[in-house]
Amino acid sequence: MRASMKSLFLIAWLLVMSSPAVAECQLRGTGDLALVIERATGSAQVIDTTHRHSLFHVDGLGDLSHASVVYSRDERYAYVFGRDGGLSKIDMLCGTLVKRIVQGGNSIGGAISQDGRFIAVSNYVPGGVKVFSADDLSLVLDLPATAVDNPKTPDKKYSKTVGLVDAPGERFVFSLYDTGEIWLLDMLDPAKPKVTKFTDVGRQPYDGLITPDGRYYIAGLFGEDGLAMLDLWHPEKGVTRIMDHYGRGERKLPVYKMPHLEGWAMAGDTAFLPAVGHHEVLVADRNGWKEKARIAVHGQPVFVMAQPDGRRIWVNFAFPDNDTVQVIDTESLKIIKTMKLGKGVLHMEFAPRGEAVWVSVRDRNHILMFDTRTLKQLAELPATKPSGIFLTARAHKTGL
Amino acid sequence: MKQIMQWLILAALGNSVAIGAIIAAPPDAARRAELIDLLKQDCGACHGMRLKGGLGPALTPDAIGRLSIETISATILHGRPGTPMPPWQPFMSQDEAVWLAGQLKAGVD
Repeated sequence: MRASMKSLFLIAWLLVMSSPAVAECQLRGTGDLALVIERATGSAQVIDTTHRHSLFHVDGLGDLSHASVVYSRDERYAYVFGRDGGLSKIDMLCGTLVKRIVQGGNSIGGAISQDGRFIAVSNYVPGGVKVFSADDLSLVLDLPATAVDNPKTPDKKYSKTVGLVDAPGERFVFSLYDTGEIWLLDMLDPAKPKVTKFTDVGRQPYDGLITPDGRYYIAGLFGEDGLAMLDLWHPEKGVTRIMDHYGRGERKLPVYKMPHLEGWAMAGDTAFLPAVGHHEVLVADRNGWKEKARIAVHGQPVFVMAQPDGRRIWVNFAFPDNDTVQVIDTESLKIIKTMKLGKGVLHMEFAPRGEAVWVSVRDRNHILMFDTRTLKQLAELPATKPSGIFLTARAHKTGL
Repeated sequence: MKQIMQWLILAALGNSVAIGAIIAAPPDAARRAELIDLLKQDCGACHGMRLKGGLGPALTPDAIGRLSIETISATILHGRPGTPMPPWQPFMSQDEAVWLAGQLKAGVD
């Protein structure tokens, strides 16, 4: 008896002593969690946005100099797309890396299919898109992009792919940077994937977005002043040009960082988009997609994002103006606040109901939380060279 | 006389850049750190923080080692028309671009 009591104590003592070393999974919901990318160290933090503190630190995610995240439909797993072609599946409740594969040489982002079965990754090298099972990251489809002639190198090169999003009907849409195309990939029957190609959509599409209803896919063009739009209710009508020649006659300014078209800045019937090579936010009327106004801003916009209530637009900027955030009132189209937050304001993410926004400031090694009503800072959390901030609520949004 | 001296110095500077071997005024340690930070963070926006490429090509010795210092530094300073590569002249001197080109050819950790 004494011996068994002793061994029980020993077991209990061992459990207590060993527990700090083992990440404990949390019994809780994930709806208010976020993943914060730490780009320089190839790591990420799981944060609780309600209690505003860090829960877990996850290492070993590779080169995250460009990274994005999508979530499983149960909001438990995050899929991280890294620059080095790495695709990592993270358990948000346990703070653990479930699986990591290196699926390409150089990639730019990805998407999760409507029903959550597939993860698609957009690659620069080798140019194309690969589709994986969301469950075990096994390869389902390898779809090379259009070959690009390159007499300088013997190896075959394919166009870089950009702006990959999910669309209703188990489809993915993406653009081909080098060859100016938009492709529609239908995965409804994974054994027989269907690809519809739209060519000559414009020069150098650099990113794309899909409207939250999943109807319109829009690619931004670097090589031309305008955007290419595909109506997914009527793909047979082909790709049309919108906001054509928005910078006509103006000298193009150098662009030190490509804008991102992630998300959809929409307020009422008005859409807000970053201009390229002009320090302006473009304002378009969604009925007819005509230019309504242009708002002069502090620099080359990178993210132009609407609060979920559509009341204000938040804008950050490319180098050398990446220390600034501007807030625009969507009724008056006036800038109501300019904030200097430190070098390297890289990303902004709204709480799903819009009461707060999280902002990463790379060189200050922190992320900030602001009240969107008062524009006052509410919290500051430490993070090493933070870039993207991704809330789990993205799990239920088309295109995110 | 002073003007002539200045002109001679400038001519000598221009020459040293042209042959690419000598940098007239190499950046000091603090500025070197700034330039490497700029390279990783801001050039890295297109070329990757580890310079292995992104929307822009890789800048590793494997990829650009065969290019001359002059070509690389001129590309940094003036950009490449028809591509997204912008001119970085507003943010660094010619000597600094030459120094950076040398770093790229040798490989940056």
